[in-house]
Amino acid sequence: MSFKPKIVGFLCNWCSYRGADLAGTSRAKYPPNVRVIRVMCSGRVNEFLIFKAFTAGADGVLVSGCHPGDCHYVKGNLNAMRRITGIKPFLEAIGFESDRLKLEWISASEGPKVAEIVENFTGEIKQLGPSHFDRSHNCSGAQIC
Amino acid sequence: MEEVKIGVYICHCGLNIADVVDVEEVAKYVATLPSVAVSRDYKFMCSDPGQSMIKEDIKELGLNRVVVASCSPLMHEPTFRHAIQEAGVNPYLFEMANIREHCSWVTEDHEDATEKAKALVSAAVRRVYYHQPLEVREVPVNPDTLIIGGGIAGIQAALEIADSEHKVYLVERDPSIGGHMIQFDKTFPTLDCSACILTPKMTSVGMHPYIELMTYSEVEEISGFIGNFKAKIRKKARYVDEDKCNGCGVCIEKCPWKADSEFDMGLGQRKAIYTPFAQAVPNIPVIDAEHCAYFLKGKCRACEKFCELEAIDFEQVDQIVEIEVGNIIVATGYDPFDPTPITQYGYGKFDNVYTGLEFERICNAVGPTSGKIVLKDGSEPKSVAILHCVGSRDENFHEYCSRVCCMYALKYSHLIKERTDAEVYQMYIDMRCFGKAYEEFYKRLSEEGVNFVRGKMAEVTDMAINEDEEGKLIVCGEDTLLCKTIRVPVDMVILATALEPRADVSEVAKLVGISQSADGFFLERHPKLDPVATMTDGVFIAGCCQGPKDIPDTVAQASAAATRVLALISKGRVELEAATAVVDEEKCSGCRICNLLCPYSAISFIEDEKVSRVNEALCKGCGTCAAACPSGAITHKQFTTEEIMAEIDGVMV
Repeated sequence: MSFKPKIVGFLCNWCSYRGADLAGTSRAKYPPNVRVIRVMCSGRVNEFLIFKAFTAGADGVLVSGCHPGDCHYVKGNLNAMRRITGIKPFLEAIGFESDRLKLEWISASEGPKVAEIVENFTGEIKQLGPSHFDRSHNCSGAQIC
Repeated sequence: MEEVKIGVYICHCGLNIADVVDVEEVAKYVATLPSVAVSRDYKFMCSDPGQSMIKEDIKELGLNRVVVASCSPLMHEPTFRHAIQEAGVNPYLFEMANIREHCSWVTEDHEDATEKAKALVSAAVRRVYYHQPLEVREVPVNPDTLIIGGGIAGIQAALEIADSEHKVYLVERDPSIGGHMIQFDKTFPTLDCSACILTPKMTSVGMHPYIELMTYSEVEEISGFIGNFKAKIRKKARYVDEDKCNGCGVCIEKCPWKADSEFDMGLGQRKAIYTPFAQAVPNIPVIDAEHCAYFLKGKCRACEKFCELEAIDFEQVDQIVEIEVGNIIVATGYDPFDPTPITQYGYGKFDNVYTGLEFERICNAVGPTSGKIVLKDGSEPKSVAILHCVGSRDENFHEYCSRVCCMYALKYSHLIKERTDAEVYQMYIDMRCFGKAYEEFYKRLSEEGVNFVRGKMAEVTDMAINEDEEGKLIVCGEDTLLCKTIRVPVDMVILATALEPRADVSEVAKLVGISQSADGFFLERHPKLDPVATMTDGVFIAGCCQGPKDIPDTVAQASAAATRVLALISKGRVELEAATAVVDEEKCSGCRICNLLCPYSAISFIEDEKVSRVNEALCKGCGTCAAACPSGAITHKQFTTEEIMAEIDGVMV
């Protein structure tokens, strides 16, 4: 069976999630691999959530917020940028491809860009192949399952 | 904790979802997930029967959590929250899975779409398990309103609100209100005189007891949130005491210095002390320090000598005024497109190539030519070409249609025909006469003998190739109806220039905290159903700052924005974000990282207890502090780490 990457997409409520909604209303077609998790701001995404996604089996993680200067919360997206810039070398240090973690800026009017980013990122992850992240430490928040 | 019982409802959305996603299979799959008490699919969950189904299940099965898998939560989250609240469940014990915009509409393969839908619903189910009931907080709404921009949109909105006896601060950058509309000569399709219909409204604004008019002023800073904004406004120095001046105009008469008139698009001149036009509101002049001899050379003061009321004040400085308002309407309008970069049309190179707004001034009785349609040499044109879509419908500049150009170009044809014997050529791509009585106006002009040529013209040149073309401007292009190239010699060319976002639109967007669409205009909350609201509660948009539009649409939108504001004022209170952050003071180490990160300064450090605390009235619920807290002491309600982690597990199925 061909490799179907699983990608977690953390999209901010105000720009990127709406951009993805617009991609839908304009019927843009893109691969089904990215599963969107809505956060109020990309600044809400921290190392815990990113590592959680990888330990839960994600082959890639996409974080997307408003363009710099456009953040609904003034500067939360810049915090996301700093955080992700900091996490990438750490991923490399533990022998993991940092390209599996991607930060993008998508505004509420950029529907076609959503489709393009998902298409490209899915392609990149397919090139990298399945993630070999150590999943033995998957701290399940969901005790019910 | 009571046993969690989740009800899950998969919406078909007619065929929007069900055509691509196997909704029955998703419902069957979800029924196997832990804590799910019931899982159903239905044609339209948002319909009354759909909502009743949820309410009945809550009563009969004792559900205490609900998941609806349908469209975007930005569409129907409030609908379903309201429904479960009516059935006695806290509205925050609800989660939506977006299987339409994010799944059925974007996925081609049906199997893939069904798999994705299962993952999204399972994520919502796992997440809702951890939801906690939240209480909505209410704060009072300040009944005063700030309106930015004194064009027709700002004027209309200000009058609507002020007439209900609520205070409006109307801030205008220029020395007078009136905007672009007061520059126009006539308005299409009725050919009303623009100033005649606008000046009564301007006068009403100037005299209104509930409007505080701040002209020659700019908003510098806005803080706060819906119901409770604070704004800092810079009142630029006019060098004329507004309280003393009675607008007699002697100072203007006596001023020996001149500058190009902005109001006449640089075609005419004004004095260094001036009001932009005769009917200015307020009728108080300003001194343009860049052209005033006293400011440049240190002497003159002619205006001061002749002012009997001693209203001239060269010592005046900019003032910063702070105001508090509950709502803001942004009505900052548009800029006319500058056609200079389209070098092939020769604007700026040939004397008799004008933009739309320049021609508007030429037609005007108080304009630079006193309303005579003449060439630069003073003679009457024998032929005029009007080129449509200059800067609009052009991927090099603006892809959008500016909506008003066809109609104002038709209006120019009429005015030229009325006042001269000139032949008029309309070079158009498509005639778009969409409004009430617009098509009829087009028909009337066709009958008046205007020549319509379909085709986007390639060039305006002065290179004559025969005697007829000598001394003329030759418009070259293809007539796409005749399928042949044409050369039309004319005396005057008018470029029907586009409407574009203001040059400083991005700064204004940042100032008030709203977004822009791809074309640069301000982004409305919903393109069809919420065209005057923005993503920022309490900030509304009206007129051309939202996109090109004609005067009737602008007035309608301004009234709509005013109505939205009045509704909030009338209710008197507003609900605040319930999903705020909270600090567990037991865990807080007092590092203060969150204090610095919070964009609203909502977290303060309590010195005595050496811990940080969130002011919930200021918190907007972004969650940045929760993400940064090294001790994990901050919980972002409704977006707790536990909830998001459960959701991650869910999407991985």
